[in-house]
Order: sequence, then C-alpha cells, then structure tokens
Amino acid sequence: MSDAASRLRRLAAFFSQGFLLLATALSLVAVLLIILYIARDAIPFFKLRGLKELFTSTSWFPSGNPPEFGALAIFVGSGLVTLGAIAVAVPLGIAAAIALSDILPYRVRQMVKPVIEILAALPSVAYGFFSLVIFAPLLQNHGGSLLSLAAWLIALPLGLLLISVISEIATRPVRADVAKAARLIVAATLAAVLVRGLLALSAALNKVTISSGTNALNVSIILGIMALPTIVSVAEDSLQAAGRELREGSYALGATRAETLFKVVIPAAGSGIIAAVILGVMRAIGETMVVWMASGNAAQIPSPWFNFLSPVRTLTATIAGDMGEADQVLGSSRYHVLFALALCLLLISFAANLASEWILRRQQRRLGGLK
Amino acid sequence: MKILSTIFTLVLMAGSLGFAADANKIVVDGSTTVGPIAKAFAEFYMKQNPGVNITVSESGSGNGAKSLVNKSCQVASMSRLLKLNEYEAAVHSEILPVVHVVALDGIAMIVHPGNPIAKLSMAQVKDIYLGKIKNWNQLGGPNAPIVIISRDTNSGTYETFEGKVMQGEKIAKNCEYVGSNGAIRQRVQSTPSALGYVGIGFLDNTVKALPIDNVVPSAETVKNGSYPIARPLYMVTNDYPRMGSHLYRYVNLYLSKKGQTMIEEIGFIPVTSY
Repeated sequence: MSDAASRLRRLAAFFSQGFLLLATALSLVAVLLIILYIARDAIPFFKLRGLKELFTSTSWFPSGNPPEFGALAIFVGSGLVTLGAIAVAVPLGIAAAIALSDILPYRVRQMVKPVIEILAALPSVAYGFFSLVIFAPLLQNHGGSLLSLAAWLIALPLGLLLISVISEIATRPVRADVAKAARLIVAATLAAVLVRGLLALSAALNKVTISSGTNALNVSIILGIMALPTIVSVAEDSLQAAGRELREGSYALGATRAETLFKVVIPAAGSGIIAAVILGVMRAIGETMVVWMASGNAAQIPSPWFNFLSPVRTLTATIAGDMGEADQVLGSSRYHVLFALALCLLLISFAANLASEWILRRQQRRLGGLK
Repeated sequence: MKILSTIFTLVLMAGSLGFAADANKIVVDGSTTVGPIAKAFAEFYMKQNPGVNITVSESGSGNGAKSLVNKSCQVASMSRLLKLNEYEAAVHSEILPVVHVVALDGIAMIVHPGNPIAKLSMAQVKDIYLGKIKNWNQLGGPNAPIVIISRDTNSGTYETFEGKVMQGEKIAKNCEYVGSNGAIRQRVQSTPSALGYVGIGFLDNTVKALPIDNVVPSAETVKNGSYPIARPLYMVTNDYPRMGSHLYRYVNLYLSKKGQTMIEEIGFIPVTSY
C-alpha cells in the first residue's frame, strides 16, 4: 500500500515537473514560432524583389503601378524618432531616478514613484490621441514660442550649473582673500553671455513656424514620455540596490555627497542604468499606435536629415497601416514586404538586446575585478 | 440491413441540412470600400431574417471577382467593373456576372475653414499632390507650404483618389498618410495650411470643401455626374438572383429607404432617392 502511494507521489511529481517545464518552454516556443513564421513570409519578398531596393531606395509606393518598395526613408524615420525619444527620455529619466533614490526625502519617493509608474499603464492609443488632437495643433499654432521656451528651460539650468563649475575652477589660482570677488565677477560675465546668447536664440526660434504638427518632434517627445517610467523605475531600483553600506563607506572616507553619487553610486549601478535605458529605447522603437497616429507617415528622409519638424514614417507604423485586408493577397510582394520589414525590426531589437547583455556582462566583469 | 437504412437516413438528413444551409447562406467578398455597405446590409438583413447567415470579407475588388468566378462567393462587392479578362474567366466557368450599382462614392477636397482659397481645378489638385505646387501663394493664397494629407494606400478612398485624380502618377514623398476619413478631417480642421480629401459623407462645417472645376461636391452633383472625383460602387452576382430569394432581397436592399439611410450613414451617396 505504502509502495503504491509512493509510486503515485513520484508519478505526480514527474507530471507536475513536466507541466512546469512545459509552461516555461511555452514562451520560448512562442518566440521561436513568431520568428519562424515572420521569416517564412519575409523570404519570398527577397526572392521576388532582391535585397538592394528595400535598403537603398527611398521610393515607397507599394500600391503604385509598377510598385516600388524602397524603405530607406522608413528605416531613417524609425531611427530618427528613436534618437529623439532617447534625447528626451534618457537625461530626464536618469536625473529623475537619481533624485528619487539619493536626493529627495524617502517619503516623497514613496509618493512619487507609484505615480511615475502609472504613466506606464496608460494605453498607447491615449498617448496617440493626445499627440494628434492636442499636441500637434499646439505645435502648429505656437511652435516658435514653444521651441524658444524649451530652449530656455533646457539651457538656463544647465548653463548656470556649468557657470558655477567654471568660475570655481577658473578662480582657483587667485589669492584667497579676493577669490570670492573674482569668482563672482567671472560668474556674472558668463551669465550675461549666456542670457545674451539665449535671447538671440529664442528670437530666432520664435520666427520658426511649424506647418505640420504631426512630425518627428511631436512623436519623439511623446515616445520619450512613454519610455520615462521604464527608465526611471528600473534605474532607480538599481541605484537603490547599490546599497546603504557603499554610500556610508564613501561618506566615511570623507567624500562629499556629489562625489559619492558620481564616483561611487552611479558606477556601481551602471549596468542597471544601461539596462534601464535599453528597455526604454526598446519601448520607443516598438511603439506603433502613437507613431501611426502622429508622425505624419510621410515616407521621406527629412532635409537636412536631423530636421525634426518634418513628418516621417516608421517601420512599425508602415506595418500597421499597410496591413489592411486589401493587401492580404497571398504571394504578392506588397504582402510579403511587410513581413520583410517586421523581420528587420525583429533583428534590430535582437541586436539591441544582445548589446545590452554584452554591456552588462562586461560591466559585471569589471566590477568583479575591482573587488 | 438496419445499419444500412440508418446510414441512408443520416445521409438524407445531412443532405437536406446542406441544402438548407446553401439557401440561407450568403458569402460576400471583395472591395474594402464597398465592404462597410455589405456589412451594414448583412447585419440588418440577418436581424430581419434570423435563419440567414451572411459572411462578408474584404479582400479587394480583384479577389472578389476571383471568388465569384471560382464560386466561393455569391456576391462580389467591387469598387470597379470587372476587367475584360475577368469576364472571360467568368464565362469560361459558366458564370454570368450581373452588376448592381448599389451606391455612389464622391471625394471632396478639403482645407482649413480659414484658408482663403475658394476653388481648385483637377489639374491643380494633381499638381499639388505631385509636389509641383508646393505653396499656397502659387495659387493666390497666403505664403504657407501646403501640407498634403492622404488616406493610407490600402483604403478604397485612396484607390478612388489615385485613379480619378493622380491617374497612375505617384504622390509626392512629403505627403502625410492618415488611417481614416475622420482622422483626415481632424487633421485638416486643426492645420491651417493642410489640403486633404474625404468621402463626401464626411463633410461638415469644421472644414471647407473646395469646388473642383467649379463644381461643388455634393450628393446632387455626384448623382448628376458633374462632379469629377466620383465613381459608382457595385455588387456583382452570378446571373440575376431568383426573385424573392434571400440573395435577391439582400442585393436589392439599396433600393429600400432603410438601405439608403445606411448608405448615407456610412458616408456614400444612394443611387436613388426615397
């Protein structure tokens, strides 16, 4: 009897283990199947049209007669929008993470962090609606003044910070009794130059008119905001994980708060911060709804290429927008080209993932060596 | 012996079921433009006749014709007439395509209500979308670059525009693409220098519809043939449906008052007026 019971138990253990293994394997199998099926429908495109046109031509006329499938402008559009999102999200996100973990009082952090994380829960179509209906007209009607306001907001604090550092360094050789006055004089002249420069810049920016508000700038900002919660949350977690002992050790050695932050805590949390940035960037590359609604979807390379005020088209939006039922004519290049684009997108995100993995490994090895 | 008779009755039952399903099942395939009409009609008809099952798929006019020819659908919804080779293929498979014009589709060129431009010609519209005319001041308007907006390339509205206005030539690369008629209207009403196009049913007072070649876009001008950017929409059946059959009543819904209201609600123009 007890023999039978133990056999039963072993059988149950075997099956439950098998079940758990299956559940774990399921996600892996799903990923593999997705790659397989996308590749299966992408390869016919390359057989029909070759490689060169897709990657070198900028003529995207899938419905034309004859059709043209030059996606270079679409790749550039995706790259541009991602670059813009990085420019918005990375500095803001890391600064916010540092402020939350090391500068603001604990109670504020406990209140602010959940609110930032709610941003991640907003559906992307809501962001898209906002950027199409509110942000795009705002850019069209007040584009110049918004740009100059942004210039002030970015340049003034950065400039003042820089001035305080420069005046400190520049007056170091000066005698101690006049050092304070010298520092003040240097800072004041630099501040005057800064304000003068900013006034000229904002006057120039004020003259800019944005004819179409659905452009790369609009989407970059919105995608940046969407990537923020991921970056803040993950980076802040890794800063926290650096630990109290490390900070206290640094203070005990006589380091100031800034020195502790920049020379101890941030290097220790570096890998986590990089992981946070890459996660945020992946969200920006893969986002579809917002770009489909608010990037303008014009398949052109902006001139000059960094002109963020021009409408662009991205890979994701092209796949979503052209995947109408009208196109599901099996065997046509118009159908297969979308899978070819999807395959490229998949490869890009794979490459980014591998890169992040590699950076993390290297970082860990270096830190290990320091110990 | 008993088993044999059971099988026999089963086969008979299955046969009669199959037959019943045939008469009560309508498959519609074809154009994405006509699709919404076919779907609205199907929904309405199935509510009126609970035993009837109508499936509508939208795979493009060409596919609709193909399905009709190889008998996988009873109704091909099409935004163009059958091409000669499609007729030929149909005749070879003993299909007699009969065309029903169910609605008219007209496309209006729209600008921001504050835009002083009062009218455009077909040639001007084409030149703007080709990128030859880039600024409103080339047309006597303010000095502002024209923001050109189009429907996405797989919509029926785009197809009509491409066929009637662009005539096979390619739209300029800086053209913006938008996912629906409503979204174009939204973009134009908030963008002072925009030019876009929508189905006539989507016009309202938040945008300004321009007369083309001096003809105001409206249901009347589309019906009397004077408005140039317009086309009929078709449903094609094999032979004329047997009078009184479900297929007959479904295809002829566009003649009823209810059918015409549905067509107007979707944004098209009924052929007849109740």
